[in-house]
Amino acid sequence: MNWITNYVRPRINSLFTRREVPENLWTKCDECGTMLFHRELRENLNVCTSCDHHMQISPRLRFEALFDNGAYAEIDVPAPVQDPLHFRDQKPYPQRLRTAQKATGEKEAMLVAEGEIGRTPVVAAAQDFSFMAGSMGMYVGNAIIAAAERAVASRRPLILFSAAGGARMQEGILSLMQMPRTTVAIEMLREARLPYIVVLTHPTTGGVTASYAMLGDIQIAEPGALICFAGPRVIEQTIREKLPEGFQRAEYLLEHGMLDRVTDRRRMRDELIVILRILQHMPPAVKGELPPPAEGPEAAPQPDAAAKKVAAQESGA
Amino acid sequence: MAARKEFLPMTHYLDFEKPLAEIEGKAEELRALARQNEGMDVEKEARGLDKKAHDILRDLYKNLDPWRKAQVARHPGRPHCRDYIAELFTEWTPLAGDRAFAEDDAVMGGLARLDGRPVVVIGHEKGHDTATRIARNFGMARPEGYRKAVRLMSLASRFRLPVVTLVDTPGAYPGKGAEERGQSEAIARATQKCLQIGVPLVSVVIGEGGSGGAVAFATADRVAMLEHSIYSVISPEGCASILWKDAERTRDAAQALRLTAQDLLKLKVIDRIIDEPLGGAHRDPRAAMRAVGSAVGDALAELEAEKPGALVRKRREKFLRMGETALPA
Repeated sequence: MNWITNYVRPRINSLFTRREVPENLWTKCDECGTMLFHRELRENLNVCTSCDHHMQISPRLRFEALFDNGAYAEIDVPAPVQDPLHFRDQKPYPQRLRTAQKATGEKEAMLVAEGEIGRTPVVAAAQDFSFMAGSMGMYVGNAIIAAAERAVASRRPLILFSAAGGARMQEGILSLMQMPRTTVAIEMLREARLPYIVVLTHPTTGGVTASYAMLGDIQIAEPGALICFAGPRVIEQTIREKLPEGFQRAEYLLEHGMLDRVTDRRRMRDELIVILRILQHMPPAVKGELPPPAEGPEAAPQPDAAAKKVAAQESGA
Repeated sequence: MAARKEFLPMTHYLDFEKPLAEIEGKAEELRALARQNEGMDVEKEARGLDKKAHDILRDLYKNLDPWRKAQVARHPGRPHCRDYIAELFTEWTPLAGDRAFAEDDAVMGGLARLDGRPVVVIGHEKGHDTATRIARNFGMARPEGYRKAVRLMSLASRFRLPVVTLVDTPGAYPGKGAEERGQSEAIARATQKCLQIGVPLVSVVIGEGGSGGAVAFATADRVAMLEHSIYSVISPEGCASILWKDAERTRDAAQALRLTAQDLLKLKVIDRIIDEPLGGAHRDPRAAMRAVGSAVGDALAELEAEKPGALVRKRREKFLRMGETALPA
């Protein structure tokens, strides 16, 4: 018992805990303003329980919800040359990178993983908007190439969740070159006849939409997602007129023939399973929980047989 | 007024060329004076001024900073796609339309011959006066322009014709209709088509290589840039307003973006720099265009013997490797 334990430690503790408690327990929906309990929101995949507004979701949380039992293996992404242009705006680029790494706990703006969804083996890549606006630089390019190569090597489809403000300006021309680079990756999948499904999430804009995010075999978007090449502000400045309500939102794009579907995040997994299994000539997935053993021996073999058939197809493919 | 303009050597000086404009103006005035007054000999003086102008020009252009290069790349007197087609190609036969919605005049495309060799030519055209600039939408293509390019590249591939693209655009058009008709998808498909065709694809950035709108044509086996052209992920103006929150910081942005042909060659993003006449392509358009023509001819000759599969494979590998080379610190 001394000055340090009685005074300094509580002060330090209070500095660290004071801010965390209220912000972590409650999140305010940026659409309807409802205060949402943190755990409840998380269980609802960051979709507002009151107005269904889709908020940002981290790649990790998305993968936990996407893969069977939340189990997935991360795929390594080759590290690119850091700061090739020695770019400096108001801050040096490496400093911006470090800040983003600290804030997100992630290495970069894309996470790549493999695992099964509804017992369907897949490779998945998800862009992290909270990391420098998800911007596409060489790392993101390498991530997509790694994902495509892994998908081709293991004969799995690729699901890509996009979310980005566009190209990473701090990598200059090399960020622009990720447009052709990622397109090469998509070509690998196309030639291997493997499904490539893009799920566009809020927001997906600029060079990202003008390359891999618009080249899916199937294009799905989350409700309300802003999807565009040029942002609404740039367009308003150019044409000097007010844009219509809902312009460049997922529903607007669907109406204009630019998307296959707009799907609620909470139904996305089921839908992806259905689509992937049809495209790959697999039997329908077993929906819901497996029947409990108490129901009798005659009910049990069916899912087993289905699973075996799946396994046989996979090894034969 | 119009008559006066005719004997002025140039009608448009860039801001940084002001000292040059003064000297050249003086020389011109002197000569004009001599024409009006018979027996007046000014040639010696005028030649002295010419020499001075030449020195200023040489010094100005020896080490153009990136922002000045951006201005030269956008110089209104710089030769545009239309001029190149007229100067370098024969039997030019424009082909129009995307077969879905419209013809886009911001993109020229068609069949032609370069030194007798049949090719497909595709390029952005900015226009040269107010009327044509509006008609060409300042070289900013809409989705139809990219879809037309996809169609022409497919045609080229089917008939085994090499494709030559001339890149000169501020970027794809940011408009309401363009977005509604899938601007981003159109650009993505054009880039994809560039990566698919089994015929030689040679691209030259002749002015501005503006972001995705440029990549859509420049995902090529050989990419060359004119000495003072630029190629960038975003315009210096756009970058300044986003990263510096100050639209005036274009010089800093241009510097940081490394958008010059010289830096891009070091980064191995482009394969070749084509020298411009002293003072930029606008000072001697014909010489600049001929230099481009001979560079394109060289590249086509180099690629001629390649088989379709090898072309596609090497083109992809080239882009996959990009980024391995950083600039020296």
